[in-house]
Amino acid sequence: MKRVKLPLAWMVCAVLIAMPVLCMAEDAAPTLESVKAELQNNINIVWTCVAAFLVFFMQAGFALVETGFTRAKNAVNILMKNMMDFSIGSLAFFIVGFGLMFGTSNGLFGTSMFGLAGTEPGVSWNWTFLIFQTVFAATAATIVSGAMAERTKFVSYLVYSAIISLVIYPIFGSWAWGNLLLTDNNSWLAKLGFHDFAGSTVVHSIGGWLALAGAITLGPRIGKYGADGKPRAILGHSMPLATLGVFILWFGWFGFNPGSTTAGNGMAGYIAVTTNLAGAAGALTALITSWKIIKKPDIGMTLNGALAGLVAITAPCDGVTPVSAIIIGGVAGVLVVLSVLFFDYVVKIDDPVGAISVHAVNGCWGTLSYGLFAINGGLFNGGGLKQLGIQALGAGTAFVWAFGLGIILFWILRKTIGLRTSAEEELKGLDIGEHGNEAYAGFQVFTNE
Amino acid sequence: MKLIIAYIQPHKLNDVKQSLYKAEVYRMSVTNSLGCGQQKGYHESYRGVPLEVNLLKKIRLEIAVNEGFVEKTVQAIIAGARTGQIGDGKIFVVDLPECIRIRTGERGGDAIG
Repeated sequence: MKRVKLPLAWMVCAVLIAMPVLCMAEDAAPTLESVKAELQNNINIVWTCVAAFLVFFMQAGFALVETGFTRAKNAVNILMKNMMDFSIGSLAFFIVGFGLMFGTSNGLFGTSMFGLAGTEPGVSWNWTFLIFQTVFAATAATIVSGAMAERTKFVSYLVYSAIISLVIYPIFGSWAWGNLLLTDNNSWLAKLGFHDFAGSTVVHSIGGWLALAGAITLGPRIGKYGADGKPRAILGHSMPLATLGVFILWFGWFGFNPGSTTAGNGMAGYIAVTTNLAGAAGALTALITSWKIIKKPDIGMTLNGALAGLVAITAPCDGVTPVSAIIIGGVAGVLVVLSVLFFDYVVKIDDPVGAISVHAVNGCWGTLSYGLFAINGGLFNGGGLKQLGIQALGAGTAFVWAFGLGIILFWILRKTIGLRTSAEEELKGLDIGEHGNEAYAGFQVFTNE
Repeated sequence: MKLIIAYIQPHKLNDVKQSLYKAEVYRMSVTNSLGCGQQKGYHESYRGVPLEVNLLKKIRLEIAVNEGFVEKTVQAIIAGARTGQIGDGKIFVVDLPECIRIRTGERGGDAIG
């Protein structure tokens, strides 16, 4: 059978490959260059689509990490939040967000291309770009659910989720990335030379600072702080789910960073290397730091460490050496452990999954790290302080924008529909109270804290 | 000697433990249990189909004490578990004829303490 089939397959292949060339031969003389350009364009589209699908899969990672790090009685609630922030976010970003972010800019935000109006259905690059940007916007939205876990009213979360994808994410995005599609767009941060390759600031810090605003406005979970003000551990119910989630996120990051080339060429491979090194270094240094401070190699901290390294390398992944990537990830791993302890013990902000430490703090660090390590213009490579200053300006602007709007938004939600569930519902679990469902029917799950 | 058995709301366990510690009662056994009393169950639904959950999750506490500690322990459990709403639970006090500490072979009041 094989002997008969193989030559046949080759013949079909040969015809298929030759066909476009033969067809084109009838058109006005195709040059070698035009064929190469078309092939490259199609490779770019295929790679960017594959990357977008990988980034989409990160939603599963977030869902599992957040579910694993919280209690069984709130599992349905957090799964529903992850399900709905992607769904609402996708619609909101398509209808409004994309136009605000990438349409013709008036200097502050885009004003055209809402729902990609004016783009023919079909082969245009814009569609690929839209789906790629949609999954990025949804990533920023989903970061917040972890920090606000186990105590937020479901309906308020849905409202918040729509607003981040409608305006908060896209408007900041238009300042840093607004000229990616229409290259003459007036995006002030991008024009200054702000470098955020795949979104340490645009995606992760924005999501992280909103998470901080949400966690502050909500206050800690019942029982998180004892009468003496000391933090108490509230154990997550499934480390296997959390670990699987982190691996899925890591996998998705191979689309997040290498895909941000939006071009099928060797840069994708290079960025995959720097991304992977930073994640690995982050896991290792978080392990060492937690071992030193907590006296045991802590799984929660190590998982956060890998994510911290990945968040940090997201901005500089294309412009630093592999050794710098290891240092950037390594610093992130130390930073995330100290930051989690800082939020728990010092400022007493209850963030059940460490979202603020992973995404906000290390999004900032990653953005600044480009100013230090950039091959072109980094402080440590003789480039002086200029790039570092621009990076700091971008990161600072993100903080003011996202945290400021976040505080206002969550305050309004608290005063109107209410942000927090009743104490009784929180104690019994949001699954029964908000959804009337159980995550683990048939298992004996007890809530005896 | 008495055996004090108390059924309380799961989310009050921590408060009960705190008030027992304050009353210098440091020994207890805790079991998860299901039960129903006056408190009605709650409604759940699965894919749109309603479901009544009648047996509620409770915590069963068992504390063996010498006579002098009975009232203190009972008061401590009430202090920690009482909210004034249906479902706060019940306390049973039963006679305990014998108690043996396995490690030393001590019996009676000495073995409890």
